[in-house]
Amino acid sequence: MNLEEYKGVYVFAQQVDNEISSIAFELLGKAKDLAKDLNTDVTAVLLGSDVKGLADNLAEYGADKVIVVDDPELKVYRTEPYAHALAEVINKYKPEIVLVGATAIGRDLGPRVSARVATGLTADCTVLEIGDFPLQAIPGQEQKHNQLLMTRPAFGGNTIATIACPDNRPQMATVRAGVMQKIQPIKGAKAVVEEFNPGFTPDNKYVEILDVVKAVTDTVDIMDAKILVSGGRGVGSPENFKILEDLAAVLGGTVSCSRAVVDAGWKPKDLQVGQTGKTVRPNVYFAIGISGAIQHVAGMEESDIIIAINKDADAPIFDVADYGIVGDLNKIVPKLTESLKAEIAAK
Amino acid sequence: MKIVVCIKQVPDTKGGVKFNPDGTLDRGAMLAIMNPDDKAGLEAALRLKDEYGAEVTVVTMGLPKAEEVLREAMAMGADNGILVTDRVLGGADTWATSTTIAGAIRNLEYDLIITGRQAIDGDTAQVGPQISEHLDIPVISYAQNIKIDGDSVVVERQYEDRYHVVKAKMPCLITALSELNEPRYMTPGGIFDAYQKEITVWGRADLKDVDDSNLGLKGSPTKIAKASDKVRKGAGEKVTLDPDESVSYIVDKLKVKHVI
Repeated sequence: MNLEEYKGVYVFAQQVDNEISSIAFELLGKAKDLAKDLNTDVTAVLLGSDVKGLADNLAEYGADKVIVVDDPELKVYRTEPYAHALAEVINKYKPEIVLVGATAIGRDLGPRVSARVATGLTADCTVLEIGDFPLQAIPGQEQKHNQLLMTRPAFGGNTIATIACPDNRPQMATVRAGVMQKIQPIKGAKAVVEEFNPGFTPDNKYVEILDVVKAVTDTVDIMDAKILVSGGRGVGSPENFKILEDLAAVLGGTVSCSRAVVDAGWKPKDLQVGQTGKTVRPNVYFAIGISGAIQHVAGMEESDIIIAINKDADAPIFDVADYGIVGDLNKIVPKLTESLKAEIAAK
Repeated sequence: MKIVVCIKQVPDTKGGVKFNPDGTLDRGAMLAIMNPDDKAGLEAALRLKDEYGAEVTVVTMGLPKAEEVLREAMAMGADNGILVTDRVLGGADTWATSTTIAGAIRNLEYDLIITGRQAIDGDTAQVGPQISEHLDIPVISYAQNIKIDGDSVVVERQYEDRYHVVKAKMPCLITALSELNEPRYMTPGGIFDAYQKEITVWGRADLKDVDDSNLGLKGSPTKIAKASDKVRKGAGEKVTLDPDESVSYIVDKLKVKHVI
């Protein structure tokens, strides 16, 4: 493998139902930073059926070039045709870096493709930067420059590790939604669009999709919410989430929850914050009756302001809260809602 | 039907993590458990065994101590246990791990391979799909329901806002979510039987069609540049006030921060 041949920062531009997923824009934002450090450009790889029209959208968020693989086999996500398409793009264009969203699609596609092109893949990165490997020069060992340094949490968020992929290309990483920042879209931006079709030959690995069942939800995605009112087991019952919903309504926020609440069947999984749920970074995060297990904290600690209400003064949530109130949520939350209502009405 | 279930022994991160003085993880001081997603995968296999009849073989890669999770799996109802252990396999990343496990599975007959979605120590969710790639079989990740239909499996495959009902010809690999089911307990009879059975132990020489350059720390494309304890932002204020004072306190803070 001649590493010098591999150039450019590539982003897998995930689309679902022919709509670009927000994660793709976030990755483009990060890719722009990396490309600047490497003095190279940003390429989005768009796979799907009838998706060419989405290329401008990717340009607005920072793609210099868009490679489109447009084929009916790619209409709905299936591992094999997508893995084939992305692996063939990598084989043909030889990117230096490939970023993939750590979504239910990306966490299936990424490992399959990395194994196919025989390179490393680092999962769920929270920081990506260009630097040296090893970080400090070691006598007798070559120090490689311009490497992708990928930092990620491990052991349930208890440790962080920085990982490099010095001898294989591309350097591949997945990143969770909500971790990287998208740029302000540049209206009217255009990218160089290149169409490529590697050819698709269905075999046993092309699974059959019998049905697509969409979850019916009218709620805001908690990852987009500016204010989250999050409840844990301490809320006591599914009915009692009403007091959290009232508080959220006054502030224009959204209700989310901890894993315990989902496990108890009180709230659906798409409202779950944490390691096995969603990573959120709202302006204000209310942690109400949430003890603050490390797996939960890993999903919310980047929030701008964390306000915790818990009757247990020793609850670990107080270790990350900006403002912690030791007290009974049943007494405090309804009064808080009323008080805020009055404050806002007085404005 | 023959089902292979891949399981991993992991430190129980729920109880917190303990470190050696040099900053590395003190695995010895932490409780070791069967990874929860893997246990759900095993339970799924045992349910298929109950319903359709199947021979269930559990495979793990790890230190000799990992035999414990094989015994546990057999006490739950698995028929055979294979421990893949060898000093040259240590320090493997997901590429080298999946290469190793695929090398072990090539010795076995299988219709279905089930792995957990991800392990709670690494949290990568990569090894399952990578094994399927090495074995050149279809993968269905994030399974929330598994049924057999003739020579195919029909699986509900979970996504963020939907699920797909997916049909794949066997042999096929499925990754299981811990939400898939409630794993059964070991039975006293099962525990007794599990300790009567032989565990098969394989080393490097038993791996089929695997190159040395793809194994262990040396065969891992990803390298750790630095590992450290997570630095947390630290606690802010903590107050104990009566409810009315608590409310005023929060409202003041929201005002100061221009939230309202």
